[in-house]
Amino acid sequence: MLKYIGKRILIAIPTFLGITILVYALSSLAPGTPLEMIFNDPNATAEQMEAMRHKLGLDRPVYIQYLNWLWQLVQGNLGTSYRTGHSVWADISERIGPTLLLTFSSLAFSVIIALPLGAMSAYKPYSAWDYISSAVSFIGAAIPNFFAGLVFVYLFSVLIKAFPSGGMYDTSGTRSVPMLLHHLFLPMLVLSIQQIGSLIRQTRGAVLDVLQEDYVRTARAKGARERVVMTAHVLQNAMIPVITRIGMMIPFLVGGAVVTEQIFAWPGLGSLMVLSINSRDYPVIMGITVFIAAAVLIGNIIVDLIYGLLDPKIRYS
Amino acid sequence: MERKENKSSYFQDVLKRFLAHRLAMFGAIILTIEILSVIFLPVIMKLDPYTMDYMNFGGAPSAQHILGCDDVGRDLFARLIFGGRVSLMVGICSALVSLIIGVPLGLIAGYFRGWAETIIMRCADVFMSFPSMILILVLASVLGKSVMTVTMVIGLLGWTEFARLIYASVLSIREKDYVESAKAIGTKNGPILLRYVLPNSFAPVIISFTFRTAQAIITESSLSFLGLGVQPPEASWGNILYYAQSISVLSSKLYMWVPAGVILVLTVLSINFIGDGIRDALDTKMKI
Repeated sequence: MLKYIGKRILIAIPTFLGITILVYALSSLAPGTPLEMIFNDPNATAEQMEAMRHKLGLDRPVYIQYLNWLWQLVQGNLGTSYRTGHSVWADISERIGPTLLLTFSSLAFSVIIALPLGAMSAYKPYSAWDYISSAVSFIGAAIPNFFAGLVFVYLFSVLIKAFPSGGMYDTSGTRSVPMLLHHLFLPMLVLSIQQIGSLIRQTRGAVLDVLQEDYVRTARAKGARERVVMTAHVLQNAMIPVITRIGMMIPFLVGGAVVTEQIFAWPGLGSLMVLSINSRDYPVIMGITVFIAAAVLIGNIIVDLIYGLLDPKIRYS
Repeated sequence: MERKENKSSYFQDVLKRFLAHRLAMFGAIILTIEILSVIFLPVIMKLDPYTMDYMNFGGAPSAQHILGCDDVGRDLFARLIFGGRVSLMVGICSALVSLIIGVPLGLIAGYFRGWAETIIMRCADVFMSFPSMILILVLASVLGKSVMTVTMVIGLLGWTEFARLIYASVLSIREKDYVESAKAIGTKNGPILLRYVLPNSFAPVIISFTFRTAQAIITESSLSFLGLGVQPPEASWGNILYYAQSISVLSSKLYMWVPAGVILVLTVLSINFIGDGIRDALDTKMKI
């Protein structure tokens, strides 16, 4: 098991480096040099500009600049935001909590809704349940986050005024957990819709496959109760491909969070990303991308570990 | 002669199964109507999606503007149709770009194995494990926001699905007897790949192409909705919905956002139905 964990982590490191190279290359393609962004004094003389260039290290070869940037990154220094003048880390760190809350609650919500629906429709194929859940999964897969967001805001906060249309807390200044959950519900629902659809299909397929296995027939033949067959044999084995699918959901959730946060004015990394792109704040754009890369890779490792725990074949191979 | 007969009956079978698939037929009909509309309606109805009607900023539907006007007085029905052109084009073209990049890479990785396999499939893992939406946002902001760059960027980041599908099926095909015998009579790698391996691994690619197109349409509309994709005055279904970010438009001017959203969902749903129909008709055991 230790060897398996070590291997996963070793694979993650080059992936992370690859992403940092990609991000750095992209930002150096961007129009406008950092020099113009930081030092926009029209009266500056050529010597002053040159001195600034030297001070910022912009007169050195690109790969040296990249390595410097990476070295700073490893030390936790992501640079300074062009827009706010704060350190990028300070700007990002206050946004991490809301994004984590949104993505994790939506991950949990999708799993809680989709697993029973998928399992039930596989257990009784072509039943009413099956039709309902396949309708849910088809429509879920076809509705873009932003349109679902608009429709839900219209229905639940404009028409029946049951939920707030945005933000994490209301403007009264008091902050409480119930208020937070009240604000969280709609964005969480919106972010979950697409994932629920694909997770239902995946679960249904996996359970259907396992139901046809010999060991299920054996279990039934030896007289095990149906409940035991379903929980101990079918669901446990069907979970393996489903866990993979849940792992693959993480990048989609993070991507979807950008749009969802924008609609619901949710103060997370996604809305900061859109804001930074609109103001060409490259240090922040790079910081967020690198941070998300690290977070997603750690998420993948955790999923791999769960996967290894569930499936002995992987652990020992 | 006999072989030809068998072949045509296989395609007839596939076609028959597809035509019998009710949801797929529903999707095919809707999509055909849409494609015909976006091609011919602008000419027949002399639609103009750009001219601003200064008397009708955000105007409600009327005889003159059947779906009303947007915030700057452009006819929304015309924008819906022209937006359909852009959204469908971006969807199909970017799926093509993904296919053109992904299929050769998957073929090479699966057929030659070795270091090519390691590099290509590890790259695919990197791309798959990272939120492509984030990279698309960064790329679109760096490269500029034209229809062309949006198409290329979405296409560029969608290659992994095709590469993995082709890779998986090539791995099994390369062990087949007919590939073995082609090698034995001295056929070169290129012709083997084109003549034997590719045609036999193409079914999953066609199916995946439809789903990829639907996904690309969603991505494009999301980008344009955020104001980071197709830019006005050019219309796309996503940027028509951009105005609904204002709560006053959202709550009191439904005509400005509901039609574009419904058409968008209907289109994606239709393409997914067609994809499902093709999968069932080809009777391959694949899951997406």
